[in-house]
Amino acid sequence: MLLEAENLTKHFAGLAAVNNVSLNVKEGEILAIVGPNGAGKSVLFGLISGLLRPTSGHIRMQDTEITGWKPHRIARQGIARTFQTTALFDQLRVMDNLAIGYRQRTAGGFWSTLLHTRRWEEDKNRTTAKVMEILSFIGLAEKAFHFVSALSQAEQKRLSIGVALISEPKMILLDEPTGGLILEDTDQITDLIKKIHKVAGVTVCLIEHKMRMVMGLADRMIVLNFGSVIAEGTPVEISQNPKVIEAYLGGESVA
Amino acid sequence: MAVKFLREKWIYVLLLVLALALPLLVTNRYHFQIIIMGCLFSIATLSMNLILGYTGQASLAHAGFFGLGAYGLALMTKSGISFWLALPFSGLFAALIGFLIGLPTLRTRGSYFAISTMCFGVIVSLVAGNWIEVTGGFNGIVGIPVPSPIPLPFLGEISFQTQAAQYYLVLAFLLLTLLIMNRLVHSLLGLSFMAIRNNEVLAEAVGVPTFVGKVLSFVVANFFAGMAGGIYASLMGNISPGTASLDLTFNWLVFLLLGGVATLSGPIVGAFAIPVLMEYLQFLAEYRMIIFGVLLIVVIIYFPRGLMGAFTTLQERVQAVYGRRKEAVKGAARS
Repeated sequence: MLLEAENLTKHFAGLAAVNNVSLNVKEGEILAIVGPNGAGKSVLFGLISGLLRPTSGHIRMQDTEITGWKPHRIARQGIARTFQTTALFDQLRVMDNLAIGYRQRTAGGFWSTLLHTRRWEEDKNRTTAKVMEILSFIGLAEKAFHFVSALSQAEQKRLSIGVALISEPKMILLDEPTGGLILEDTDQITDLIKKIHKVAGVTVCLIEHKMRMVMGLADRMIVLNFGSVIAEGTPVEISQNPKVIEAYLGGESVA
Repeated sequence: MAVKFLREKWIYVLLLVLALALPLLVTNRYHFQIIIMGCLFSIATLSMNLILGYTGQASLAHAGFFGLGAYGLALMTKSGISFWLALPFSGLFAALIGFLIGLPTLRTRGSYFAISTMCFGVIVSLVAGNWIEVTGGFNGIVGIPVPSPIPLPFLGEISFQTQAAQYYLVLAFLLLTLLIMNRLVHSLLGLSFMAIRNNEVLAEAVGVPTFVGKVLSFVVANFFAGMAGGIYASLMGNISPGTASLDLTFNWLVFLLLGGVATLSGPIVGAFAIPVLMEYLQFLAEYRMIIFGVLLIVVIIYFPRGLMGAFTTLQERVQAVYGRRKEAVKGAARS
């Protein structure tokens, strides 16, 4: 098991945003977490990535207990994430955004930077090569020197996925990777996620609202409502689950 | 293109030659003194730029650390320790205190960090004013020796009695500071500082240990502030609690904001241009401050990255327009 979350609970001033949630992520799968607004999906990502501390419960990554770790340590353990509102270093260039994501895979510190040691040189070359590789992977090779503000919404989404991907994670958490995008752009992102899964071999866990997209993409789905898991299964099972239809889809059939 | 020259190497070589030949060009002692102070304050402003400009943590304790270095060096050299040994120690002393102060204060953010560091700066100058047995109180310390001569085989020695020699000393340290800052900010480490400034949450999420980064940047900045203070003490010969005063911090802040935050040339441009401007506006007496107030507001609103930042932005815009035109021409040729 790549990631195990056990009885996770997060209270905000007495309100349980995530309530006793247990879930497993298997190596090599695409897991989708769905649920209505305020179901606790993003909070769950916050807990897994270390941004939020669980009120109770445990998180294990490949049998290592990572509960309560700082986000940068969890990132180094191999869990990368993107944010719902596209988060990028908007004062910096596209290539620099990616280079920062790769920093955790380089060894050089303060002194090697000052003295320009061989290790520094190696780090620099390795980073440049990796940045180039990711740039072409996410289809932004021509925009390497652009500032983030000069990118379109869809390009920013792709870059944010690239920033997460460049750290060579074992698992990537995507918080609404197609939120706010038009249909064509959504398809491009879907293709990119498939590529991350197939070509880069990274386990994907995503939050998504667009049911049609999730149904075609996910191996497995988990449905949250009011902070609790109400259903788990394959897309087909989920689409026929009466509890899900009632809670999430408001009685309508899945598109 | 008017702004492209900033990229050319020869302009830097020219500037260096000019800097080296300066003692031949400036004969007026008073002007020379302003230039020496400009170099010293450039070092202070450059190091302030690392924590404030590049890392985005507005430390207002900078003159406090400058003062720590100055008092440290004064006490060491007066007790007979060589300047050349005392100087790195004055930097290390400021860095160490910076580390201890940084551990609690860097856990706060934004204006809270600014206020807590400002308090530390005030405390340093209060202690300097009241710990009479050690610091001499408000009279300060006088009679600090100039840097001891460097013996040279066959050529005698380099002494630091003349203004020209003192100028070269300060210039050498300015270049050293500039070299180190250049290496820091043009590296992955420097990028991680900027990442902290830009989006701390995201920086953490992509694996940057933000707290460690902030402490490192703060410590390095304070090391150079302390060294600059040490050189200042030795060249001035006397120091007082004013050496660590908040006024000095705010002067550097103005140099930094007007010259250009998060640029390498900005702090130096600011540290020279503002004092020179002050000299020319001497006739306005206190009313000078009104001009600076207005200037500061205008710059912050319209040129948030100062004079050098505005240059860079202009350069990028010109390039963008130029680049787009080139692409358009290519596109037209293809179709």
